[in-house]
Amino acid sequence: MATVRKKAVKQEGLEKCPTGIAGLDEITGGGLPKGRPTLVVGSAGSGKTLLSMEFLINGATKFNEPGVFVAFEETAEELSKNVASLGFDVQALVAKKKLAVDYVYIERSEIEETGEYDLEGLFVRLGHSIKSVGARRVVLDTIEVLFAGLPNPAILRAELRRLFRWLKTMGVTAVITGERGEHSLTRYGLEEYVADCVIFLDHRVTDQLSTRRLRVVKYRGSAHGTNEYPFLIDEHGMSILPITSMGLAHEASMEKVPTGIPRLDKMFDGGGYYRGSSVLVSGTAGTGKTSLAAFFADAACRGGKRCLYFAFEESQSQLMRNMRSIGLDLAKWTRKGLLMVHSSRPEVQGLERHLVEMHKLIREFKPQAVVVDPITNLVKIGGQLEVTSMLTRLIDYLKSEKITSLSTSLVTDARAAEAAAGVSSLMDTWIALQDIESNGERNRGIMIMKSRGMGHSNQVREFNLTDRGIMIADAYLGPSGIVTGSARAAHEIQEEAALIEQKNELDRKKRELERRRKVMQAKIEELKAGFETDKEELERLAGEGKEKESARAAQRGVMARMRMAD
Amino acid sequence: MKGKTAGNKQPTKGPTKKRAATKAKTKLWELRLYVAGQTPKSLAAFANLKGICEAHVPGCYTIEVIDLLVNPQLAKGDQIIAIPTLVRKLPVPIRKIIGDLSNTERVLVGLDLRPLQ
Repeated sequence: MATVRKKAVKQEGLEKCPTGIAGLDEITGGGLPKGRPTLVVGSAGSGKTLLSMEFLINGATKFNEPGVFVAFEETAEELSKNVASLGFDVQALVAKKKLAVDYVYIERSEIEETGEYDLEGLFVRLGHSIKSVGARRVVLDTIEVLFAGLPNPAILRAELRRLFRWLKTMGVTAVITGERGEHSLTRYGLEEYVADCVIFLDHRVTDQLSTRRLRVVKYRGSAHGTNEYPFLIDEHGMSILPITSMGLAHEASMEKVPTGIPRLDKMFDGGGYYRGSSVLVSGTAGTGKTSLAAFFADAACRGGKRCLYFAFEESQSQLMRNMRSIGLDLAKWTRKGLLMVHSSRPEVQGLERHLVEMHKLIREFKPQAVVVDPITNLVKIGGQLEVTSMLTRLIDYLKSEKITSLSTSLVTDARAAEAAAGVSSLMDTWIALQDIESNGERNRGIMIMKSRGMGHSNQVREFNLTDRGIMIADAYLGPSGIVTGSARAAHEIQEEAALIEQKNELDRKKRELERRRKVMQAKIEELKAGFETDKEELERLAGEGKEKESARAAQRGVMARMRMAD
Repeated sequence: MKGKTAGNKQPTKGPTKKRAATKAKTKLWELRLYVAGQTPKSLAAFANLKGICEAHVPGCYTIEVIDLLVNPQLAKGDQIIAIPTLVRKLPVPIRKIIGDLSNTERVLVGLDLRPLQ
């Protein structure tokens, strides 16, 4: 049988046994080595038992591989109660003969050693359990108890070596848990015997916040992710952050999603954000970041898409109430199941845990839009480097899933580029909100700092929160920069007055011209009249001359007749 | 003999019952020996046990030999890991002794058998 397996290995590589644990199969490239023992090492409370239990339960329920759990630390009842809180029903699986739990109890004080012995009893028990359910998977949790319970470690070591060899010949995939040691990997050097695959679990506390991490230390005959991966234990078991979310291989979409504010859409070349892009809204306190984010969420829901809103500052009801004041009813979307608000304080857990939790929620809710409000609160609980790395992973994940994300960032100086938690380079679109203080007033301005792959307005606009939503107004350019608020209103009035003035002036000029035209007309009439008079006079004179001539001619005839001239 | 039939009780009929009763305060020693097949260790353990009982509590003991190869399910009840294991069921409290019982001193301490004299 062993030779057959070896041949198979040569031909098709190492066979893997899927764990069914979210993320772990991705890291190990398919699961644990099939038919071989794997060592899971970790300090107390790092999740060893849980990982191995989930491995067995998934085997029994998802992969039709029954399992045996040999518990050295907890009784079967304790164990099933403990994992019941994580949604596992051990009792039912035991009843269905899919799982066998064997509690091995050893108490040093009750045992006297009186000569040579071996661990055949354990072999027999294990063999019996395996046979009773037809097990393909075995967990020994944690076999190191034997070192404390039994005298003569020399015999024990020899027997353990024999046990692991025996497990291999049985062809079962085994998980052996071990306590983390001071100088070696495990306290009793179990890695000497189980060396095919070693998984290291860690539970680290930094700044009073704990983060669980998992690392595959070695995996004989297989490539594997070598980094430390954060993982989470919650009411659904264990989930590890998958590595497939890392990278820059996502496809870019040409589709646009509305911003929720028509005027802002216009500023973005007429359509809004690109689908799957990351949007950053930065601004000082009270500039309307959350409102902008809420409008984006509202627009997504209005389009029938799901939106996941991570609120790190406000509770769900507070957010709803506040948004109602600007004419936004978000509650109806939550009722329809389109909007999910996840409120939590960043301080309650470590950064990595947040990341894993966000991943989990995104995986479950499958939103097309995600809002993180604000990302800067996360900086409080982690260093700049950690936050950047976490956000990089989150954004890469969102992009690969074609989810449009909008993150808000609280900044102290609106113009400082590093103010945006050092993540502006990760973002495709950056909208800066700023407050403009002048004339004893504080007004809001909005501008687009950048928007990859689309033309956009370069103008600072005025941004108003009204009970009918967000209004974006044209900004007036005054002698000292842009003019906003009441100054803008005054400016508007002034301009209007000037316009009226100008109109009046024009009217006046027109009337003047009309008058002058009339005067001119009158003068023309007068001249015309004078001319007519002169003309008449001349005509009269000319007529008189003619009459005089004819009269003279007649007179001359009369005279000639009188003289009786020839 | 042993091992073939699990749960096979081998009480020793005692002509010396009276004496043993006084020595062991009329206690009955109920012993159970777990083995896995007839290995040299198992055989040695049984021989050693019998010898010790005969020498110290003759007539007041029963030895039950359980072969786990025949009845593997019985290993759970007495929490057997090592082979051979001797379990003292009576008198209470239950005591466990592992090994081939070659160290007589430790068997006596472990079983709380008072040596003669």
